[in-house]
Amino acid sequence: MTTPLELVCPAGTPAGLRTAVDAGAHSIYCGYRDETNARNFPGLNFDRAEMRDAVAYSHDHGAKILIALNTFMRAGSTDLWKRGVDDAVAAGADALILADVGLVEYARKAHPKQRLHLSVQAAAATPEAIAFYRDRFGISRVVLPRVLTVEEIARLTANAAPCETEVFVFGGLCVMAEGRCMLSSYATGKSPNMTGVCSPPSHVSYREESDALVACVGGFTVERFERGEPAGYPTLCKGRFEAQGAVSHLFEDPVSLNAVELLPRLAEIGVTAFKIEGRQRGRAYISTVVRAFRKAIDAMAVGDKVDFGELRALTEGQRDTTGAYKKAWR
Amino acid sequence: MRGHLPPIFANATGFLPLLPLEVVARRLLSNAMAARPSFAARLGEYAGRTFAIDPVDCPFVFLIKPEDGRTELKVVRRTVAQGYDARIAATLVVLIGMIDGTYDGDALFFSRDLMIEGDTEAVLALRNAIENAELDPSTVLGLPKSLQGPVNRGTRMLFVQLRRLLDAPEETGPNSGAFA
Repeated sequence: MTTPLELVCPAGTPAGLRTAVDAGAHSIYCGYRDETNARNFPGLNFDRAEMRDAVAYSHDHGAKILIALNTFMRAGSTDLWKRGVDDAVAAGADALILADVGLVEYARKAHPKQRLHLSVQAAAATPEAIAFYRDRFGISRVVLPRVLTVEEIARLTANAAPCETEVFVFGGLCVMAEGRCMLSSYATGKSPNMTGVCSPPSHVSYREESDALVACVGGFTVERFERGEPAGYPTLCKGRFEAQGAVSHLFEDPVSLNAVELLPRLAEIGVTAFKIEGRQRGRAYISTVVRAFRKAIDAMAVGDKVDFGELRALTEGQRDTTGAYKKAWR
Repeated sequence: MRGHLPPIFANATGFLPLLPLEVVARRLLSNAMAARPSFAARLGEYAGRTFAIDPVDCPFVFLIKPEDGRTELKVVRRTVAQGYDARIAATLVVLIGMIDGTYDGDALFFSRDLMIEGDTEAVLALRNAIENAELDPSTVLGLPKSLQGPVNRGTRMLFVQLRRLLDAPEETGPNSGAFA
């Protein structure tokens, strides 16, 4: 292991950021309070002054800050995204996480020395795509989609060098190729790709029905959790539907990713950074998950056995999976 | 939902007048809002909504409209609670644990220890504003700095025991026993 492993942690609020830093995050990713970032939920994210304070707090504590501007620019209205890039650079971001190829080009031209990461939203999952971003724009790191196996990640990482790879190791599990999923758009007209929200809360409603919890998105009933049954996010990809006479989770069950047991292998194949999902989660989640993963990474660094810990209470549907990484997924 | 107070508590408080509770609750909310002036700004357009905070193991509901400078709070019997935009329901110790960062709202929702209904956007905005407020007991009580440490520690210990006693969800978070 030549490069130190980096634990990349989420922060949806300034308090969440301080919690992540204090819990041992090597770097924190966060975004502005607008549609430039893919977690554009009410009450979440940072205004310009908060972001400058966040950078100062992170740097004072030896952590890096990665600012996500990872939605796709709207035709005819690109200023919001470009201004976001300029402000993030001025705030002192250690890297920008970008998805839109036009915004990547703008950032590279306007700020030639700024470190750029390619968001998972760009869905760069082939050696050719990664090489394009690396060679054309000097992308330093690519965040890989959660639809690859560990062996596929190994081959991509080898091909991507000197561009680093970052993989998700815990949290909400997008089962689609991110940046290309249209399910939320189909049901609500809004998506993480363009407006920064999957299953936007403005289109989500819950009701109790004979002790069951019924979840609706854009007027479609996507799930009915019976009494005592663990619940999940109200997303179409994890909804329960009737098809060919049977009711089931057609795409994926409500479940979270937990790849802690794969950390040694992911490090062995050259992955640089481990990412925890959850900018929309609270301080309780951030502190618990960040501490658990930091402990695992520190143990690996000195050759100790990794303690897998118990994080299931924080997971969607109260269950976890290694997802596509082990190819045991569905 | 876990962490229910004994039914005898609900039965006993069911007969008591609500005005004293409302006066105390208003004072605590006013302390919190004064200590966290950016709270309403983070709520944005949702600050004008009325939230029903519903401790399901108590016979009353808090109706809160957290507008900047014009915060309103009423305590009403559950049977007459109406006119709210969103309802957030859990046991009392769990609701308090959400305010002080002991619990993660999503995890409580997944485990069915938390129920929400009504304006989902407003609920999320409130949850995120509370998360960012980092409220602790001494801030809510409006105590001077010199008392903050001992009061926060004492209250935390008390709630750890209470949650255990009531079989509430296991604590996580920056202040939980495992990491304190």
